[in-house]
Amino acid sequence: MAATVLLVIGTRKGLWLARSRDGRASWEVTGPHHPMVEVYSAAIDTRGPVPRVLVGLSSEWFGPNVAISDDLGASWREPATAPIAFPTGTGAALRRVWQITPGPTDEPDVVYAGVEPSALFRSADGGRGFELVQGLWDHPHRPDWQPGYGGQAIHTVLPDPVDHRRITVAMSSGGVYRTFDGGENWSAANRGIKAGYLPDPYPEFGQCVHKVASCPARPARLYAQNHGGVYRSDDGADSWVSIADGLPSDFGFAMVAHPSRRDVIYTFPLKADSERFPPDGRCRVYRSEDAGASWEARTAGLPDEGFWTAVLRDSMCSDDADPAGVYFGSRTGEVYASRDEGESWAQVAAHLPDVTCVRAAVV
Amino acid sequence: MDFLRTSGGLRSGSTRGSAMRVTVLVPGVLRQHAGGAREVELDLPAAGATLAAALDVVAARHPALERRLRDERGALRRYVNLFVDGEECRRLAGADTTLRDGAEIQVIPSIAGG
Repeated sequence: MAATVLLVIGTRKGLWLARSRDGRASWEVTGPHHPMVEVYSAAIDTRGPVPRVLVGLSSEWFGPNVAISDDLGASWREPATAPIAFPTGTGAALRRVWQITPGPTDEPDVVYAGVEPSALFRSADGGRGFELVQGLWDHPHRPDWQPGYGGQAIHTVLPDPVDHRRITVAMSSGGVYRTFDGGENWSAANRGIKAGYLPDPYPEFGQCVHKVASCPARPARLYAQNHGGVYRSDDGADSWVSIADGLPSDFGFAMVAHPSRRDVIYTFPLKADSERFPPDGRCRVYRSEDAGASWEARTAGLPDEGFWTAVLRDSMCSDDADPAGVYFGSRTGEVYASRDEGESWAQVAAHLPDVTCVRAAVV
Repeated sequence: MDFLRTSGGLRSGSTRGSAMRVTVLVPGVLRQHAGGAREVELDLPAAGATLAAALDVVAARHPALERRLRDERGALRRYVNLFVDGEECRRLAGADTTLRDGAEIQVIPSIAGG
Protein backbone atom coordinates (compact mmCIF):
# COMPACT_ATOMS: atom_id res chain seq x y z
CA MET A 1 0.00 0.00 0.00
CA ALA A 2 1.39 3.37 -1.00
CA ALA A 3 2.37 5.77 1.73
CA THR A 4 0.19 8.82 2.27
CA VAL A 5 1.80 12.05 1.13
CA LEU A 6 0.56 15.39 2.41
CA LEU A 7 1.03 18.52 0.33
CA VAL A 8 0.51 21.79 2.20
CA ILE A 9 -0.38 24.74 -0.03
CA GLY A 10 -0.22 28.20 1.49
CA THR A 11 -1.85 31.08 -0.37
CA ARG A 12 -2.63 34.75 0.06
CA LYS A 13 -6.11 33.84 1.22
CA GLY A 14 -5.84 30.63 3.10
CA LEU A 15 -4.47 27.13 3.23
CA TRP A 16 -5.27 24.13 1.07
CA LEU A 17 -4.24 20.59 1.86
CA ALA A 18 -3.74 17.88 -0.74
CA ARG A 19 -3.42 14.25 0.21
CA SER A 20 -2.45 11.33 -1.96
CA ARG A 21 -2.84 7.71 -0.97
CA ASP A 22 -2.00 6.15 -4.31
CA GLY A 23 1.64 6.91 -4.85
CA ARG A 24 0.92 10.55 -5.73
CA ALA A 25 -1.12 9.60 -8.81
CA SER A 26 -4.17 11.48 -7.55
CA TRP A 27 -4.82 14.07 -4.88
CA GLU A 28 -7.72 14.88 -2.62
CA VAL A 29 -7.69 18.62 -2.04
CA THR A 30 -9.44 20.35 0.88
CA GLY A 31 -9.69 24.01 1.75
CA PRO A 32 -9.66 26.78 2.40
CA HIS A 33 -8.42 26.26 5.91
CA HIS A 34 -7.78 29.61 7.64
CA PRO A 35 -9.77 31.44 4.95
CA MET A 36 -8.84 35.03 4.16
CA VAL A 37 -5.60 34.72 6.10
CA GLU A 38 -2.31 34.71 4.24
CA VAL A 39 -0.30 31.55 4.82
CA TYR A 40 3.22 32.64 4.07
CA SER A 41 5.13 29.76 5.63
CA ALA A 42 4.52 26.12 6.43
CA ALA A 43 6.31 23.07 7.71
CA ILE A 44 5.52 19.40 8.13
CA ASP A 45 7.43 18.14 11.14
CA THR A 46 7.71 14.37 10.93
CA ARG A 47 10.12 13.88 13.84
CA GLY A 48 7.52 13.25 16.52
CA PRO A 49 5.07 10.39 17.15
CA VAL A 50 2.52 12.08 14.86
CA PRO A 51 3.24 14.44 11.99
CA ARG A 52 2.75 18.07 12.95
CA VAL A 53 1.76 20.76 10.47
CA LEU A 54 2.79 24.29 11.36
CA VAL A 55 1.72 27.33 9.39
CA GLY A 56 2.72 30.97 9.64
CA LEU A 57 -0.40 33.08 9.30
CA SER A 58 -0.66 36.77 8.49
CA SER A 59 -4.00 38.46 8.87
CA GLU A 60 -4.23 41.92 7.33
CA TRP A 61 -6.46 42.82 10.24
CA PHE A 62 -5.31 40.85 13.23
CA GLY A 63 -1.59 40.37 12.71
CA PRO A 64 0.72 37.38 12.45
CA ASN A 65 0.31 34.02 14.13
CA VAL A 66 1.45 30.41 14.10
CA ALA A 67 -1.11 27.61 14.01
CA ILE A 68 -0.40 23.95 14.68
CA SER A 69 -2.26 20.81 13.67
CA ASP A 70 -1.46 17.33 14.93
CA ASP A 71 -4.22 15.67 12.92
CA LEU A 72 -3.20 16.62 9.39
CA GLY A 73 -5.32 19.76 9.31
CA ALA A 74 -8.57 18.44 10.77
CA SER A 75 -8.16 20.84 13.69
CA TRP A 76 -5.81 23.70 14.55
CA ARG A 77 -4.44 25.23 17.70
CA GLU A 78 -3.40 28.83 18.09
CA PRO A 79 -1.95 29.85 21.44
CA ALA A 80 -3.69 32.57 23.45
CA THR A 81 -0.49 34.56 23.82
CA ALA A 82 1.51 35.46 20.74
CA PRO A 83 3.74 32.50 19.81
CA ILE A 84 6.31 34.84 18.28
CA ALA A 85 6.79 38.33 19.65
CA PHE A 86 9.76 40.64 19.83
CA PRO A 87 10.88 41.32 23.40
CA THR A 88 10.20 44.69 24.93
CA GLY A 89 13.25 46.82 24.34
CA THR A 90 13.88 45.70 20.79
CA GLY A 91 11.39 48.28 19.55
CA ALA A 92 10.33 45.81 16.90
CA ALA A 93 7.03 44.16 16.13
CA LEU A 94 6.53 40.93 14.23
CA ARG A 95 5.22 41.58 10.77
CA ARG A 96 5.20 38.17 9.11
CA VAL A 97 6.53 34.66 9.61
CA TRP A 98 8.49 33.87 6.46
CA GLN A 99 9.88 30.49 7.36
CA ILE A 100 9.19 27.64 9.75
CA THR A 101 11.83 24.94 9.89
CA PRO A 102 11.98 21.91 12.16
CA GLY A 103 15.30 21.55 13.94
CA PRO A 104 17.70 18.63 13.67
CA THR A 105 16.67 15.11 14.57
CA ASP A 106 18.55 15.12 17.85
CA GLU A 107 16.52 18.14 19.00
CA PRO A 108 13.02 16.86 18.26
CA ASP A 109 11.24 19.74 20.00
CA VAL A 110 13.24 22.52 18.38
CA VAL A 111 11.63 24.54 15.61
CA TYR A 112 13.04 27.68 14.02
CA ALA A 113 11.17 30.62 12.55
CA GLY A 114 12.62 33.22 10.22
CA VAL A 115 10.62 36.41 10.36
CA GLU A 116 10.13 39.96 9.16
CA PRO A 117 11.79 42.18 10.29
CA SER A 118 14.91 40.08 9.86
CA ALA A 119 15.23 37.92 12.93
CA LEU A 120 15.48 34.29 13.92
CA PHE A 121 13.28 32.76 16.61
CA ARG A 122 13.73 29.39 18.27
CA SER A 123 11.09 27.20 19.83
CA ALA A 124 11.97 24.47 22.31
CA ASP A 125 8.43 23.13 22.58
CA GLY A 126 7.59 22.05 19.08
CA GLY A 127 6.49 25.45 17.82
CA ARG A 128 4.02 26.54 20.48
CA GLY A 129 6.23 29.36 21.71
CA PHE A 130 9.37 30.95 20.32
CA GLU A 131 12.17 33.11 21.68
CA LEU A 132 14.31 35.59 19.81
CA VAL A 133 17.81 34.37 18.94
CA GLN A 134 19.47 37.38 20.45
CA GLY A 135 22.91 36.80 18.97
CA LEU A 136 21.71 37.41 15.44
CA TRP A 137 19.48 40.31 16.45
CA ASP A 138 22.51 41.99 18.06
CA HIS A 139 24.68 41.50 14.99
CA PRO A 140 26.51 44.75 14.13
CA HIS A 141 25.49 44.38 10.49
CA ARG A 142 21.78 44.50 11.29
CA PRO A 143 21.30 48.28 10.91
CA ASP A 144 22.61 47.93 7.36
CA TRP A 145 20.33 45.10 6.28
CA GLN A 146 17.87 46.51 3.80
CA PRO A 147 14.38 45.42 2.79
CA GLY A 148 13.90 43.72 -0.52
CA TYR A 149 10.78 44.32 -2.57
CA GLY A 150 8.77 41.96 -0.39
CA GLY A 151 10.11 43.17 2.94
CA GLN A 152 13.19 42.64 5.06
CA ALA A 153 13.10 39.11 6.38
CA ILE A 154 14.92 35.91 7.10
CA HIS A 155 13.41 33.54 4.58
CA THR A 156 15.75 30.57 4.86
CA VAL A 157 16.73 28.60 7.95
CA LEU A 158 18.92 25.54 7.53
CA PRO A 159 19.82 23.76 10.75
CA ASP A 160 22.67 21.33 10.20
CA PRO A 161 21.12 17.85 10.44
CA VAL A 162 24.16 16.48 12.29
CA ASP A 163 25.55 19.31 14.42
CA HIS A 164 22.78 21.32 16.01
CA ARG A 165 25.17 24.15 16.86
CA ARG A 166 25.50 24.94 13.16
CA ILE A 167 22.72 26.92 11.55
CA THR A 168 22.71 28.78 8.26
CA VAL A 169 20.17 31.51 7.53
CA ALA A 170 19.58 33.76 4.54
CA MET A 171 17.80 37.05 4.23
CA SER A 172 16.77 39.58 1.62
CA SER A 173 18.69 41.63 1.67
CA GLY A 174 21.70 40.96 3.80
CA GLY A 175 22.66 37.58 2.42
CA VAL A 176 23.81 34.38 4.08
CA TYR A 177 24.84 34.18 7.75
CA ARG A 178 25.87 31.20 9.82
CA THR A 179 26.62 30.26 13.38
CA PHE A 180 28.78 27.46 14.74
CA ASP A 181 27.80 27.87 18.38
CA GLY A 182 24.04 27.49 18.41
CA GLY A 183 23.23 31.10 17.67
CA GLU A 184 25.41 33.25 19.92
CA ASN A 185 27.82 34.39 17.22
CA TRP A 186 27.09 34.83 13.55
CA SER A 187 29.21 35.68 10.54
CA ALA A 188 28.33 36.68 7.00
CA ALA A 189 29.04 33.98 4.40
CA ASN A 190 28.62 35.55 0.99
CA ARG A 191 32.06 35.26 -0.61
CA GLY A 192 31.51 34.89 -4.33
CA ILE A 193 27.87 36.00 -4.39
CA LYS A 194 27.36 39.09 -6.49
CA ALA A 195 25.34 42.13 -5.49
CA GLY A 196 25.04 43.78 -8.88
CA TYR A 197 23.04 46.67 -7.48
CA LEU A 198 25.73 47.88 -5.05
CA PRO A 199 28.84 49.98 -5.77
CA ASP A 200 31.00 47.08 -4.54
CA PRO A 201 29.53 44.06 -6.35
CA TYR A 202 31.15 41.58 -3.94
CA PRO A 203 30.58 43.02 -0.46
CA GLU A 204 30.88 41.07 2.78
CA PHE A 205 27.11 41.26 3.15
CA GLY A 206 24.16 43.02 1.58
CA GLN A 207 23.43 40.47 -1.13
CA CYS A 208 19.81 39.82 -2.01
CA VAL A 209 19.86 36.05 -1.71
CA HIS A 210 16.41 34.76 -2.60
CA LYS A 211 16.66 31.18 -1.38
CA VAL A 212 19.25 28.71 -0.12
CA ALA A 213 18.80 24.95 -0.15
CA SER A 214 20.95 22.17 1.21
CA CYS A 215 21.07 18.45 0.71
CA PRO A 216 20.46 16.55 3.94
CA ALA A 217 22.88 13.90 2.73
CA ARG A 218 25.66 16.45 2.47
CA PRO A 219 24.84 19.55 4.51
CA ALA A 220 28.11 21.31 3.64
CA ARG A 221 26.83 21.61 0.10
CA LEU A 222 24.51 24.54 -0.39
CA TYR A 223 22.73 25.97 -3.39
CA ALA A 224 21.53 29.56 -3.70
CA GLN A 225 19.19 31.40 -6.01
CA ASN A 226 20.26 35.01 -5.82
CA HIS A 227 18.68 38.21 -7.10
CA GLY A 228 20.72 37.72 -10.25
CA GLY A 229 22.95 34.69 -9.93
CA VAL A 230 22.72 31.00 -9.08
CA TYR A 231 25.43 29.57 -6.85
CA ARG A 232 26.78 26.48 -5.14
CA SER A 233 28.95 26.13 -2.09
CA ASP A 234 30.82 22.93 -1.33
CA ASP A 235 32.32 24.16 1.92
CA GLY A 236 29.38 25.10 4.10
CA ALA A 237 29.12 28.65 2.69
CA ASP A 238 32.80 29.54 3.07
CA SER A 239 32.71 30.36 -0.64
CA TRP A 240 30.29 30.26 -3.56
CA VAL A 241 30.74 29.55 -7.27
CA SER A 242 28.34 30.34 -10.08
CA ILE A 243 26.25 27.52 -11.51
CA ALA A 244 24.09 29.76 -13.70
CA ASP A 245 25.53 28.56 -17.03
CA GLY A 246 22.97 26.47 -18.82
CA LEU A 247 19.97 28.27 -17.36
CA PRO A 248 17.91 30.63 -19.53
CA SER A 249 18.19 33.29 -16.83
CA ASP A 250 20.02 33.73 -13.55
CA PHE A 251 16.99 35.37 -11.93
CA GLY A 252 14.34 33.60 -9.92
CA PHE A 253 13.23 32.86 -6.41
CA ALA A 254 13.05 29.13 -5.80
CA MET A 255 15.84 26.65 -5.13
CA VAL A 256 15.11 23.08 -4.08
CA ALA A 257 17.52 20.30 -3.23
CA HIS A 258 16.68 16.64 -3.73
CA PRO A 259 16.08 14.99 -0.37
CA SER A 260 18.76 12.32 -0.84
CA ARG A 261 20.62 12.72 -4.16
CA ARG A 262 23.12 15.39 -3.31
CA ASP A 263 23.82 16.53 -6.86
CA VAL A 264 20.18 17.01 -7.86
CA ILE A 265 18.54 20.43 -7.63
CA TYR A 266 15.55 22.25 -9.08
CA THR A 267 14.81 25.87 -9.85
CA PHE A 268 12.24 27.90 -11.72
CA PRO A 269 13.96 30.70 -13.68
CA LEU A 270 12.27 34.00 -14.37
CA LYS A 271 13.44 36.26 -17.16
CA ALA A 272 14.83 39.14 -15.08
CA ASP A 273 14.09 41.31 -12.09
CA SER A 274 12.45 43.73 -14.50
CA GLU A 275 10.38 40.94 -16.11
CA ARG A 276 9.34 38.45 -13.51
CA PHE A 277 7.86 35.89 -15.87
CA PRO A 278 9.22 32.58 -17.12
CA PRO A 279 11.22 33.20 -20.31
CA ASP A 280 8.79 33.28 -23.26
CA GLY A 281 5.90 32.55 -20.91
CA ARG A 282 6.81 28.87 -20.88
CA CYS A 283 6.35 26.91 -17.69
CA ARG A 284 9.63 25.09 -17.22
CA VAL A 285 11.29 23.57 -14.19
CA TYR A 286 15.05 23.32 -14.57
CA ARG A 287 16.78 20.35 -13.04
CA SER A 288 20.46 19.70 -12.62
CA GLU A 289 21.75 16.24 -11.79
CA ASP A 290 25.39 17.27 -11.52
CA ALA A 291 25.28 19.97 -8.85
CA GLY A 292 24.67 22.76 -11.32
CA ALA A 293 27.32 21.92 -13.93
CA SER A 294 24.51 21.45 -16.46
CA TRP A 295 20.77 22.00 -16.52
CA GLU A 296 17.82 20.60 -18.40
CA ALA A 297 14.29 21.91 -18.69
CA ARG A 298 11.60 19.51 -17.54
CA THR A 299 8.32 20.31 -19.23
CA ALA A 300 6.27 17.14 -19.60
CA GLY A 301 2.79 17.87 -18.33
CA LEU A 302 3.41 21.59 -17.89
CA PRO A 303 1.80 24.41 -19.92
CA ASP A 304 3.89 25.09 -23.01
CA GLU A 305 2.90 28.72 -23.41
CA GLY A 306 0.99 31.55 -21.84
CA PHE A 307 2.33 30.98 -18.34
CA TRP A 308 2.70 34.66 -17.42
CA THR A 309 3.10 34.18 -13.72
CA ALA A 310 5.86 33.43 -11.22
CA VAL A 311 6.87 30.89 -8.61
CA LEU A 312 7.81 32.45 -5.29
CA ARG A 313 10.77 31.39 -3.17
CA ASP A 314 8.91 28.96 -0.95
CA SER A 315 6.40 27.87 -3.54
CA MET A 316 8.58 25.00 -4.68
CA CYS A 317 9.62 22.00 -2.62
CA SER A 318 10.39 18.33 -2.61
CA ASP A 319 8.98 15.59 -0.41
CA ASP A 320 10.88 12.83 1.36
CA ALA A 321 9.52 9.89 -0.60
CA ASP A 322 11.49 7.56 -2.87
CA PRO A 323 11.44 8.41 -5.70
CA ALA A 324 11.24 12.00 -4.61
CA GLY A 325 8.26 14.17 -5.42
CA VAL A 326 8.71 17.76 -6.49
CA TYR A 327 6.01 20.43 -6.28
CA PHE A 328 5.45 24.04 -7.17
CA GLY A 329 2.66 26.60 -7.08
CA SER A 330 2.23 29.77 -9.07
CA ARG A 331 1.04 33.24 -8.26
CA THR A 332 -2.00 32.42 -10.38
CA GLY A 333 -2.99 29.59 -8.10
CA GLU A 334 -1.93 26.54 -10.06
CA VAL A 335 -0.15 23.72 -8.27
CA TYR A 336 1.82 20.99 -10.04
CA ALA A 337 3.37 17.82 -8.71
CA SER A 338 5.94 15.42 -10.06
CA ARG A 339 6.17 11.95 -8.58
CA ASP A 340 9.20 10.99 -10.62
CA GLU A 341 11.81 13.49 -9.48
CA GLY A 342 10.78 16.18 -11.94
CA GLU A 343 10.60 14.04 -15.05
CA SER A 344 6.90 14.63 -15.60
CA TRP A 345 4.22 16.77 -13.99
CA ALA A 346 0.50 16.76 -13.26
CA GLN A 347 -1.76 19.49 -12.00
CA VAL A 348 -2.93 19.10 -8.41
CA ALA A 349 -5.02 22.26 -8.11
CA ALA A 350 -5.91 25.38 -10.07
CA HIS A 351 -7.69 28.68 -9.55
CA LEU A 352 -6.42 29.06 -6.00
CA PRO A 353 -5.26 32.45 -4.70
CA ASP A 354 -1.55 33.30 -5.18
CA VAL A 355 0.49 30.39 -3.89
CA THR A 356 2.96 31.61 -1.28
CA CYS A 357 4.42 28.33 -0.06
CA VAL A 358 4.25 24.58 -0.53
CA ARG A 359 5.60 21.76 1.63
CA ALA A 360 5.20 18.01 1.24
CA ALA A 361 6.08 14.91 3.21
CA VAL A 362 5.21 11.29 3.71
CA VAL A 363 2.83 11.20 6.66
CA MET B 1 -11.72 42.73 39.90
CA ASP B 2 -10.04 43.58 36.67
CA PHE B 3 -8.15 46.60 37.81
CA LEU B 4 -6.17 44.45 40.20
CA ARG B 5 -4.37 43.13 37.13
CA THR B 6 -3.38 46.55 35.89
CA SER B 7 -0.38 48.49 37.02
CA GLY B 8 -2.46 51.13 38.73
CA GLY B 9 -1.46 49.98 42.18
CA LEU B 10 -5.00 49.51 43.46
CA ARG B 11 -5.79 46.75 45.89
CA SER B 12 -8.84 44.69 46.59
CA GLY B 13 -11.34 46.72 48.53
CA SER B 14 -10.68 49.99 46.72
CA THR B 15 -13.80 52.03 46.61
CA ARG B 16 -15.93 52.37 43.51
CA GLY B 17 -15.13 56.05 43.63
CA SER B 18 -11.58 55.43 42.42
CA ALA B 19 -12.62 52.95 39.79
CA MET B 20 -14.78 52.95 36.71
CA ARG B 21 -16.25 50.52 34.29
CA VAL B 22 -16.03 50.46 30.50
CA THR B 23 -17.41 48.04 27.98
CA VAL B 24 -15.71 46.54 24.93
CA LEU B 25 -18.06 45.49 22.13
CA VAL B 26 -16.52 42.51 20.38
CA PRO B 27 -17.29 41.83 16.70
CA GLY B 28 -18.42 38.36 15.71
CA VAL B 29 -15.15 37.47 14.05
CA LEU B 30 -13.27 37.95 17.33
CA ARG B 31 -15.74 36.54 19.84
CA GLN B 32 -14.06 33.15 19.91
CA HIS B 33 -11.09 34.94 21.46
CA ALA B 34 -13.26 36.48 24.19
CA GLY B 35 -14.91 33.33 25.41
CA GLY B 36 -17.76 33.89 22.99
CA ALA B 37 -18.78 37.19 24.61
CA ARG B 38 -20.36 40.02 22.63
CA GLU B 39 -19.40 42.46 25.35
CA VAL B 40 -16.54 42.49 27.81
CA GLU B 41 -16.88 44.72 30.85
CA LEU B 42 -13.69 46.07 32.34
CA ASP B 43 -13.10 47.74 35.68
CA LEU B 44 -10.33 50.30 35.52
CA PRO B 45 -8.74 52.68 37.97
CA ALA B 46 -10.29 56.06 37.26
CA ALA B 47 -6.91 57.73 37.34
CA GLY B 48 -5.15 57.25 34.02
CA ALA B 49 -8.06 55.42 32.44
CA THR B 50 -7.04 55.39 28.81
CA LEU B 51 -7.78 53.12 25.91
CA ALA B 52 -4.29 51.63 26.34
CA ALA B 53 -5.01 50.89 29.99
CA ALA B 54 -8.25 49.20 29.02
CA LEU B 55 -6.41 47.07 26.47
CA ASP B 56 -3.91 46.11 29.17
CA VAL B 57 -6.82 44.66 31.10
CA VAL B 58 -8.05 42.90 27.99
CA ALA B 59 -4.55 41.45 27.59
CA ALA B 60 -4.73 39.94 31.05
CA ARG B 61 -8.22 38.51 30.63
CA HIS B 62 -8.30 37.67 26.93
CA PRO B 63 -4.75 37.71 25.54
CA ALA B 64 -5.84 36.09 22.29
CA LEU B 65 -8.24 39.01 21.72
CA GLU B 66 -5.80 41.74 22.70
CA ARG B 67 -3.01 40.56 20.45
CA ARG B 68 -5.37 40.87 17.50
CA LEU B 69 -6.03 44.50 18.35
CA ARG B 70 -2.45 45.70 18.85
CA ASP B 71 1.09 44.44 18.35
CA GLU B 72 3.71 43.65 20.97
CA ARG B 73 4.78 47.30 21.08
CA GLY B 74 1.25 48.30 21.98
CA ALA B 75 0.59 49.86 18.57
CA LEU B 76 -2.98 49.51 17.37
CA ARG B 77 -3.27 47.26 14.34
CA ARG B 78 -3.69 49.27 11.19
CA TYR B 79 -6.90 47.72 9.97
CA VAL B 80 -8.68 47.43 13.28
CA ASN B 81 -10.70 50.46 14.25
CA LEU B 82 -11.53 51.15 17.89
CA PHE B 83 -14.39 53.57 18.39
CA VAL B 84 -14.60 55.23 21.81
CA ASP B 85 -18.15 56.37 22.44
CA GLY B 86 -18.71 56.42 18.70
CA GLU B 87 -15.54 58.25 17.69
CA GLU B 88 -12.69 56.43 15.98
CA CYS B 89 -9.84 56.64 18.45
CA ARG B 90 -7.33 57.84 15.85
CA ARG B 91 -9.41 61.02 15.60
CA LEU B 92 -9.00 61.40 19.34
CA ALA B 93 -5.72 60.61 21.05
CA GLY B 94 -5.26 57.07 19.76
CA ALA B 95 -4.31 54.63 22.47
CA ASP B 96 -3.91 57.57 24.85
CA THR B 97 -7.58 58.49 24.52
CA THR B 98 -9.03 59.11 27.96
CA LEU B 99 -12.04 57.00 28.85
CA ARG B 100 -15.02 58.17 30.88
CA ASP B 101 -16.85 55.97 33.36
CA GLY B 102 -19.30 53.94 31.31
CA ALA B 103 -17.41 54.40 28.06
CA GLU B 104 -18.11 52.04 25.19
CA ILE B 105 -15.23 50.75 23.08
CA GLN B 106 -16.44 49.26 19.84
CA VAL B 107 -14.05 47.09 17.83
CA ILE B 108 -14.71 47.19 14.08
CA PRO B 109 -12.32 45.61 11.59
CA SER B 110 -11.78 47.82 8.55
CA ILE B 111 -13.28 47.07 5.21
CA ALA B 112 -10.03 46.40 3.41
CA GLY B 113 -8.36 44.10 0.95
CA GLY B 114 -9.49 42.44 -2.23
